[in-house]
Amino acid sequence: MNFGKLIERLAQLIPVLLGVMVIVFFMMALTPGDPVDIMIGEQPISAEQEANLRHDMGLDLPPVERFIKFLGNAVTGNFGLSFFHRRPVIDVIAERLPATIELSLVSIILAILTSIPLGVLAAVKKNTIFDRVSTVGSLFGVSLPGFWFGILLLMLFAVHLRILPVSGRIGYAYEVDAVTHLLLIDSLIAGRLDTFANALSHLFLPALTLGLPMAAILMRVTRTSMLEVMSQDYIIFAEAKGISRTRILIRHALKNALIPTVTVAALETGSLLGGNMIVETVFGWPGLGRLVVESIFVHNYPLVQAAVLFYAVTYVFLNFFADILYTVLNPRVKL
Amino acid sequence: MTEAQPILSISNLQTRFATRYGLVTAVDGVSLDVMPGECVGVVGESGSGKSVTFASVMGLIKPPGWIDGGSIKFEGQELVGMSERSYRSLRGKYIAMTMQDALTALNPALTVGFQIMEVLLAHDSQISGSARNRIREARARVIEMMMLVRIPSPETRLNDYPHQFSGGMRQRMMIAIALACRPKLLIADEPTTALDVTIQAQVLELITDIRQTLGMSVILITHDLGVVAEYCDRVAVMYAGQVIESGPTKSVIGQPSHPYTQGLLRSIPNLANLDKRIRPIEGQVPELIDLTPGCRFIGRCDVREVACTQRVEMRNIGQGRTVRCIQPKGNVQ
Repeated sequence: MNFGKLIERLAQLIPVLLGVMVIVFFMMALTPGDPVDIMIGEQPISAEQEANLRHDMGLDLPPVERFIKFLGNAVTGNFGLSFFHRRPVIDVIAERLPATIELSLVSIILAILTSIPLGVLAAVKKNTIFDRVSTVGSLFGVSLPGFWFGILLLMLFAVHLRILPVSGRIGYAYEVDAVTHLLLIDSLIAGRLDTFANALSHLFLPALTLGLPMAAILMRVTRTSMLEVMSQDYIIFAEAKGISRTRILIRHALKNALIPTVTVAALETGSLLGGNMIVETVFGWPGLGRLVVESIFVHNYPLVQAAVLFYAVTYVFLNFFADILYTVLNPRVKL
Repeated sequence: MTEAQPILSISNLQTRFATRYGLVTAVDGVSLDVMPGECVGVVGESGSGKSVTFASVMGLIKPPGWIDGGSIKFEGQELVGMSERSYRSLRGKYIAMTMQDALTALNPALTVGFQIMEVLLAHDSQISGSARNRIREARARVIEMMMLVRIPSPETRLNDYPHQFSGGMRQRMMIAIALACRPKLLIADEPTTALDVTIQAQVLELITDIRQTLGMSVILITHDLGVVAEYCDRVAVMYAGQVIESGPTKSVIGQPSHPYTQGLLRSIPNLANLDKRIRPIEGQVPELIDLTPGCRFIGRCDVREVACTQRVEMRNIGQGRTVRCIQPKGNVQ
């Protein structure tokens, strides 16, 4: 891979991110409702005090000026104060982010680890019972809305069977030194298997709910592209070489079949970020998604702006990495 | 004195496919012997069953297709009904195959070096020892093979991917893969169809050279009678799933006996006599579904008789020639 090209591609991301910031800013500015009104609520307050508050929050300036200020600050990582928390937005987000990262990573890993082998198996066993069942299963996986499926899981495992916790990220009795801020890893570092197990039991249902649609789609994509690849001449030629079936599947077919899977995985990871908001709300997961939902309700502009920007940056970079992964899988593609 | 045994002996092979339109008999009673060191040409138009015949030999017929009868013997060993495991140890090692278009036959995501090395590691028992040792030895053999097929600077090019090679080079790389384990029989399925004329000659010369060096037998599947005339000792002409004529190349091309072979030869443009109009064979190849028992060529034949509606057997007409026609001399011109 060419390092110069890599830098060039990274530079191309700058206009995209600028566009994202424009949209994020004006979207929030155009939403009905006034954060100052919401903050004041029922409190008796003079017009002067209200004007001061508005000035403090920088809301008395014209939108364009506010945008330029926002842009300048954003580049330096300053997203202002969270209206609601009265603390820097960046600190509030940093506090919530690890929970979201942990949940997302586990969901994605779970989705990829199950969907790709299942997709390959469904393609190999095309038109058998296994293939049919997995087809129907993945249809369910795609169609079930997260808020509904999550609640069903909660009712079954947490309410009726009482084997998994209802909400939260970890039991109150457990505490572990924060190293990575990812509880699963931190508990392992501390050698606390009980903490690990507790964190895992909290994580399982949300991760399942969040990862299911992604797993379902990736499985379908992998199956379809495997079938497509398996009928190619180079697979017949590989068979004529007398190499083993497993080797043909993994070395010859899967590497080619993964190309579309990678694209879809990158896109799906994007929608998984959106799914976070729902799943975190359903499962009371103390992550960024829930924070964003709460902040939208109270018109906490700076926080929503920063969070959406974070999502957008993540999404843009995911696609960038997918592009790089392409060149590894498909030598015909150059950056 | 004992007669030399054929290396490959196909007799009365039947290969069928179940399609939604009905049962297709793609190969119907094909018999063919290939002697050690011999080059046999198999000619026929698209859909005549030549590729399916040799896919059957390679054991590559998959559902909805199956071998319905007959026998394929390789060095006396029956291949029909052989376990996949035993077949795998045969393929690539003793019987190798090249495909029509190297661009689609080579895996685009793997380096050519890897694709050659893989066959060696799968079959060559001489390459042994630790994993690192095996790879080093195999790599040396890969370079050797690439030199054999005349790829310049093989040491660096083995790390290239198929799309980085020219068409002729890709074809030669595919031949290198096929020949990596020095097979006794090479089935070359239309090795030159996808290439332009100058490269065609290079590739065929290469196959002939290696054939002589390694002493292997070659089956050259083609629809180009010119290629057969130049490179093959014997030829079998296929039509609608059957061999309709076979014999030594010179004699078959010089004095074709079956009306179809005659028609084929008439439809080749002649450089010495450009004014003469090419005479195509009238009519169409019959659909392979619901065939009548009689001669497959009956609908297009100028000399058909009532007797041609009955099953026509292969008959021996001397000089090692056989023909599937009731009046084998036909209208030899």
